[in-house]
Amino acid sequence: MSTGEVLVSKADGNGGIMGLQKNLEGYVGFANLPNQVYRKSVKRGFEFTLMVVGESGLGKSTLINSLFLTDLYSPEYPGPSHRIKKTVQVEQSKVLVKEGGVHLLLTIVDTPGFGDAVDNSNCWQPVIDYIDSKFEDYLNAESRVNRRLMPDSRVQCCLYFIAPSGHGLKPLDIEFMKRLHEKVNIIPLIAKADTMTPEECQQFKKQIMKEIQEHKIKIYEFPETDDEEEMKMVRKIKDRLPLAVVGSNTIIEVNGKRVRGRQYPWGVAEVENGEHCDFTILRNMLIRTHMQDLKDVTNNVHYENYRSRKLAAVNYNGVDNNKNKGQLTKTETADGMSPLAQMDEERRDHVSKMKKMEQEMEQVFEMKVKEKLQKLRDSEVELQRRHEQMKKNLEAQHRELEEKRRHHEEEKASWEAQQRILEQQKLDASRTLEKNKKKKIF
Amino acid sequence: IRLFRNTQTCFSRTSCTDLFGYVGIEAVLDQMRRKTMKVGLEFNIMVVGQSGLGKSTLVNTLFKSKVSRKSCTPNCEEKISKTVKLHSVSHVIEEKGMKMKLTVIDTPGFGDQINNENCWEPIVKHINEQYEKYLREELHINRKRRIPDSRVHCCIYFLPATGHRLRPIDVEFMKRVGKIVSIVPVIAKADTLTIEERQEFKERIRQDLAANGIRVYPQKEYDDDPEERILNDRIRESIPFAVVGTDKEHQVNGNKVLGRKTKWGIIEVENVAHCEFANLRDLLIRSHLQDLKDVTHNIHYETYRVRRLNESNMNFSELGLSARPLENGTADTSESESHL
Repeated sequence: MSTGEVLVSKADGNGGIMGLQKNLEGYVGFANLPNQVYRKSVKRGFEFTLMVVGESGLGKSTLINSLFLTDLYSPEYPGPSHRIKKTVQVEQSKVLVKEGGVHLLLTIVDTPGFGDAVDNSNCWQPVIDYIDSKFEDYLNAESRVNRRLMPDSRVQCCLYFIAPSGHGLKPLDIEFMKRLHEKVNIIPLIAKADTMTPEECQQFKKQIMKEIQEHKIKIYEFPETDDEEEMKMVRKIKDRLPLAVVGSNTIIEVNGKRVRGRQYPWGVAEVENGEHCDFTILRNMLIRTHMQDLKDVTNNVHYENYRSRKLAAVNYNGVDNNKNKGQLTKTETADGMSPLAQMDEERRDHVSKMKKMEQEMEQVFEMKVKEKLQKLRDSEVELQRRHEQMKKNLEAQHRELEEKRRHHEEEKASWEAQQRILEQQKLDASRTLEKNKKKKIF
Repeated sequence: IRLFRNTQTCFSRTSCTDLFGYVGIEAVLDQMRRKTMKVGLEFNIMVVGQSGLGKSTLVNTLFKSKVSRKSCTPNCEEKISKTVKLHSVSHVIEEKGMKMKLTVIDTPGFGDQINNENCWEPIVKHINEQYEKYLREELHINRKRRIPDSRVHCCIYFLPATGHRLRPIDVEFMKRVGKIVSIVPVIAKADTLTIEERQEFKERIRQDLAANGIRVYPQKEYDDDPEERILNDRIRESIPFAVVGTDKEHQVNGNKVLGRKTKWGIIEVENVAHCEFANLRDLLIRSHLQDLKDVTHNIHYETYRVRRLNESNMNFSELGLSARPLENGTADTSESESHL
């Protein structure tokens, strides 16, 4: 392969392109595969859905703005926290960010009103319903016949904000995480981390991790890799869980440098300083290194769990249980049912159709048979009739003939009689004549 | 001092005559001081707020001693309690011969549950019970010389520093309790907020308080004279105080100060530029301690007493025999319980 050899020589020649000098026996070329995938993905663009949950006033909107360096919530479009909410709602905002030719369609799902009321029982329910509805949408889209356009709006990551009390998790935190750790990747964060001194922060983190293990809450786990460097980084992150973050987009001058931070009378808390808070770790983890892994775990683990649970519910009773469970998507067409049910339905349909066809054919056959029989009978009757008629005719003719014969006989007899008479007469006549002759002769 | 002022007002109509020699009336101040020092002072303070807001730390800082056990210490194995329990701890602290019996009433479990309906009820009940106790003692035929005063003089309510506005639970609590006791709201862990955020937060809280008709201490109606009004106005402009509490000391510019050390600086608790702890301490202890007690005795307790006796008047047999403390102005019903 000439091209292969050319590439080999290039790699050897400019040692620095790949960075590594490999001893190649020959060059096949499939090393170019990642580039192809890369180019295709870049063209397609990426999607990421992030959910932020926490009580109001914990700095969720500020953190989102800081993470993506945009003003998702600006004074013209104030975030949910500036609008008072009576009940827990789930709102989503979409933003398209571009960087280096790569498109990222970012969906931020916010939950204003969470944990704000006096009675917060079931405030997690709207969140669970939302996540389930997104899974369901994806499941339906997957089961469709035409699935070229499959938008993926499943929630890939949930950032849960813990208030910096310094004590431990609140009952609301534990309850929420227990209910959602099997549906979505939960990343717990300590909000407003500049409230605590480093020692308090350490102790708080330890306490939280202890409680998380006690209650058997499965937060997002960073995958183990074989690469030694990556493992070091992953271990560093794991030590500092849950991440204590500070958010800000205001730029302040510190020692001649312009940094993002919060200005206090006693100093400036820098957002991107690793010693002040764990913001950089969170950003690197979320965006730079683990975004794809989050999507994969959502797809392979949480979505599959949801799917198997849903389909198992259908199979168990043979009846579509989910119809009675108050589905969010109320469709009566086949789209609203799970695929297995659909297949069953189709099978049943097919079988019944076949049966019907069979029946119909039998019916038709019978009808035809009847008709034929009828026809035959009719013709039989007809024949009979004709036969009779013919017989009658024959008899009539016969009688006629007989009569004629009789007549003829009679005539013959009469003619014979006449002939005899004539003969007699003739005889008589001849006799007389003879007599006469005799007489005459005389 | 109070006594002096009262006598002043009761003599306001009479003409003021000048003295032409030293009589010694002012020595009565010394006598009062000596008596107070011998007898001592009682002060009951209640701290209310969610767990983790630094209540115990603040109380320790206020009285510069470990009067309150912090629930975040490593040895503490208590989990968050399921119901609001009231925890009363008394200490006698002494300064320059002046003894003070300080009682701190803590309220663990307040606002910590998922469902916080009626979490204020145990608190309201406790406050009314203390009034009832005092009333009983007063009504005795043979009264003690000094009735032990366990009434709550001041309630410090801790607001979490969200930066937005008052939460529903805050509004509910302050509405109900503000009618029976002097409430001083404070912004807890104020080192979370920058100065601008703090100002905005305070402004919004004041708006919310006014909108809900909540009256916090010092109330406008009880200002006696103009100079007091000026003083209280200044206080009212900076309510709620943004406080930070700590019991650790650090070195700053060669001085030992109480402060919190973070990687970006040291927050000095007693520095007025950093937080308003000093203002709160001055209000509570140095300037308005006696005022708090008086307001509690003259206004809140009297309201309770009037209501109670009016209720009893309807039914003579109930006088002094009923075991149920009244609710003054609170719409909740408390359970009947004998506490004598």
